[in-house]
Amino acid sequence: MTIFTDIGRYLLMFKGMFSKPENGRMYWKEFIHQCTEIGFGSLGIVAIISVFIGAVSTIQTAYQLVSPLIPPSTIAQIVRDTVILEFAPTLVCIVLAGVAGSRIASELGNMRVSEQIDALEIMGINTKTYLILPKIAAALLMIPLLVVMAMALGIWGGRLAATASGIISGSIYDKGLLEFFVPFNVIFALIKSYVFSFIIASIPAFYGYYVKGGALEIGRASTKAVVISCILILFADYLLSALLLPT
Amino acid sequence: MIEVKNIKKSFADKTVIEDVSSVMKAGQCNLIIGSSGSGKTVLMKCMVGLFEPDDGDVLYSGQNFTKMKGQDKTEIRKEIGMLFQGSALFDSQTVEQNVMFPLNMFSKDSHKKKLDRVNEVLNRVNLVDSNRKFPSELSGGMKKRVALARAIVLNPKYLFCDEPNSGLDPQTSLVIDRLIKEITIEYNITTVINTHDMNSVMEIGNYILYMFEGNKEWEGTNKEIIFSKNQRLNDFIFASEFLRDAKDMRMLEESGKISNDRNMEELMHKDSASLVPPTEDK
Repeated sequence: MTIFTDIGRYLLMFKGMFSKPENGRMYWKEFIHQCTEIGFGSLGIVAIISVFIGAVSTIQTAYQLVSPLIPPSTIAQIVRDTVILEFAPTLVCIVLAGVAGSRIASELGNMRVSEQIDALEIMGINTKTYLILPKIAAALLMIPLLVVMAMALGIWGGRLAATASGIISGSIYDKGLLEFFVPFNVIFALIKSYVFSFIIASIPAFYGYYVKGGALEIGRASTKAVVISCILILFADYLLSALLLPT
Repeated sequence: MIEVKNIKKSFADKTVIEDVSSVMKAGQCNLIIGSSGSGKTVLMKCMVGLFEPDDGDVLYSGQNFTKMKGQDKTEIRKEIGMLFQGSALFDSQTVEQNVMFPLNMFSKDSHKKKLDRVNEVLNRVNLVDSNRKFPSELSGGMKKRVALARAIVLNPKYLFCDEPNSGLDPQTSLVIDRLIKEITIEYNITTVINTHDMNSVMEIGNYILYMFEGNKEWEGTNKEIIFSKNQRLNDFIFASEFLRDAKDMRMLEESGKISNDRNMEELMHKDSASLVPPTEDK
């Protein structure tokens, strides 16, 4: 029963979100602020994760490709496709659900509990439009950019590991990167990142906005938001792969 | 003037307000009093539109606020200022930014003009040299003043204060009470205050509505409240020994048994026996 109530309230949240802004400049400022928080605030962790994922992928792929019949450049192809198709969009977004999602849920939860949202309502401001819409818009802009950056850094991390540990040379790795490249994989990764961005911003916003109680409930809402976001990301990942990838 | 007509509000199976009607008079401090859980905060939230009543209407100068939708409701809300129990200041903004926020959102004035207005209201609430401070750097009383400045910065016609004295010491409470009273008179605002502080009732309450278990139990002026015969109201207001003594003194004064020329200091320094009215045979 609760799940249906939650879905209903989640949809009503969107219905209430689209209204004419009271002052466009203030909304733009809030959007830029959210872009900074979500985008630049997560830059460091995304960069570190991407480089290491790429590096580990290279070493583990090389460990498994023992047949002399398989050319060494295949390692680069596998790393490239794994990073583009799965690691950059899915893993980075799961991490972002924790970093940005918990921040969104706790920020809105704290505003709700300390009556700051009520104060905005009293002023005549549509709080759903002012507080939630800029967060979702900023996530839709910044997270795909972070995913593109993660792709590049992941592949670079793989090259770094390959050359540093002497698995393959840099030139063979570069050659492998260009072999059998399917541009649709990048488009598929971007489609996934847009869907995941929406989940990362809207689910924590929902749990934060409707929190009731005190500090303990803010923590609970934040944890719940991250868990639900991660599950939905994995579910959407499977669904999109099944629907969009030719098998 | 704010008119509340037959307001009812329930949460799940629990009825919190049952058929409450009252009129909040313009240019006066209207107080809603009652013990915790009596429904006064819910009534106030129904009045400002944070809760939608199950039944009944709230009228602002004759306009039915409860039935309004969209832009009309927003227009009325722009005329409302509210001081929240916990001040509800935006944590990430300075005092100046907090007070300027409603102006930035709704005013097309230049930054200089807005800044002048911010300084004017901050001066009015006696808060100077705090523009660059964040809410976490302020005391409870200062937070209330900033919240009050933010509530009045758009020149509202209606001011709502939810427990303005909660968490404050008696002296600061008095300062905040007097400030609200002065602002109410100065700007001719219809002020509605939610409180269970009897000092506020006696200090600033022009008109008082007493709530008991979701019902309007009594209403009247602060001069009438002390002589009310309503047992529940008496149990509430005279829960404090001090007020009971004050009432006894007031009654002695009224009956001419003690002189009302005597000041408090004189009374405090005399033996309590001297307060006993002279008997006939003496």
